[in-house]
Amino acid sequence: MASLKDLRGRINSVKSTRKITQAMKMVAAAKLRRAQAQAEAARPYAQRMERMLASLGAAVVGSPDAPKMLVGTGRDQVHLLIVVTAERGLSGAFNTNAGRFARARIRALEAEGKTVKVLTVGRKGATYLKRELASRFVGEISYANIKRIGFEQADEIATRITAMLEAGEFDVCSLIYNRFQSVISQVASEQRLIPAPLPANDAGPADAAQALYEYEPGEEELLSALLPKNLAIQIYRALLESAAGFYGSQMTAMDNATRNAGDMINRLTLNYNRTRQANITRELIEIISGAEAV
Amino acid sequence: MATFDLELVSPERLLLSRPVEMAVIPAYEGEMGVLPGHSPMIVALRGGVIRVTEGGRETESLFIMGGFAEITPARMTVLADEATPLASLSRAAAAQRVTEAEAALAAAANDAPEIRERANDRLMAARAMQDAAQAA
Repeated sequence: MASLKDLRGRINSVKSTRKITQAMKMVAAAKLRRAQAQAEAARPYAQRMERMLASLGAAVVGSPDAPKMLVGTGRDQVHLLIVVTAERGLSGAFNTNAGRFARARIRALEAEGKTVKVLTVGRKGATYLKRELASRFVGEISYANIKRIGFEQADEIATRITAMLEAGEFDVCSLIYNRFQSVISQVASEQRLIPAPLPANDAGPADAAQALYEYEPGEEELLSALLPKNLAIQIYRALLESAAGFYGSQMTAMDNATRNAGDMINRLTLNYNRTRQANITRELIEIISGAEAV
Repeated sequence: MATFDLELVSPERLLLSRPVEMAVIPAYEGEMGVLPGHSPMIVALRGGVIRVTEGGRETESLFIMGGFAEITPARMTVLADEATPLASLSRAAAAQRVTEAEAALAAAANDAPEIRERANDRLMAARAMQDAAQAA
């Protein structure tokens, strides 16, 4: 049985752990709010972009020299998967979920005989997937030193993907990230980037109005400028959602940890008191039996 | 005077959303003034200044680093890559952009023409930013 001093030490150490997890939970909650606000602020641009793209895409999609980014290379052999995870852990199953989802996708694609290339964003996903899939890696991006992810970072990734597309390094590109469903639930999911899924064109009178647009410069030039922007904005959205999800997940994980630490302290305190009483009883028996012997 | 709804959005936030009388935008092939009832258009924008007129006076002027605009008779939506009010443009930052863009263009000398063109566009936008910063 542990001595009283040992127990006291353990209680104190669990208490300080609880203080830390509690503080981390508060910090995550504050950061979550900020991340959500940022995601909110990015929405109007994405919506307008979608509207513009719908009308432009409809005008171009049939023509033979439509840009590659819209219609793909016409093949379906080489898949590029971009896996977005967080930079840090201590967030429950957040990183593992995205990693596991990515691994399952890679296995499934390879079972179909496709070639898979992986580009990771975020340090955790890279370490997770590298263990067994290192040969599929074409790059890893980490933003460990950047405090707040901005559009610039998303643009950087998009530029890189565009360059790879121009060089014919892949046919299909998808993004895997944790979609933010609510503070307590993030769902690992996949989103296709190239060929770009065109936003559904609302049929009817809206269609007729869209056909009337005049384009300056031509439709194709516009589209070839608009598509990389759209790619960047999709990635930006995923980065923001993943960041918000990370803080949500971290908050939940730290909340659980705090509660567990509380339970543990209760158990240890009970144990401590029992031991103390047992000690006192033993000493009393010793004194009494000593007195009787005299 | 008649007005139309102007929306100016950058990827990071919604900057303007209100009815205005006129807006001058830096379209790819030259400045373009937009009044209510303009015919529907989608135009690419280069680096330059957007000027907004309300109540007969120029009320807002913002520098944008390229983007797109969708115009219909009743509204105009500007998707700007980056937008900064003229008053808060800094000359030093603009000068730094120009240097960076020049370096990028020099580095792209052997790349495909589209990449070079893009680098060139960026340099032009950076120069426009410098001019705007100096004028402000």
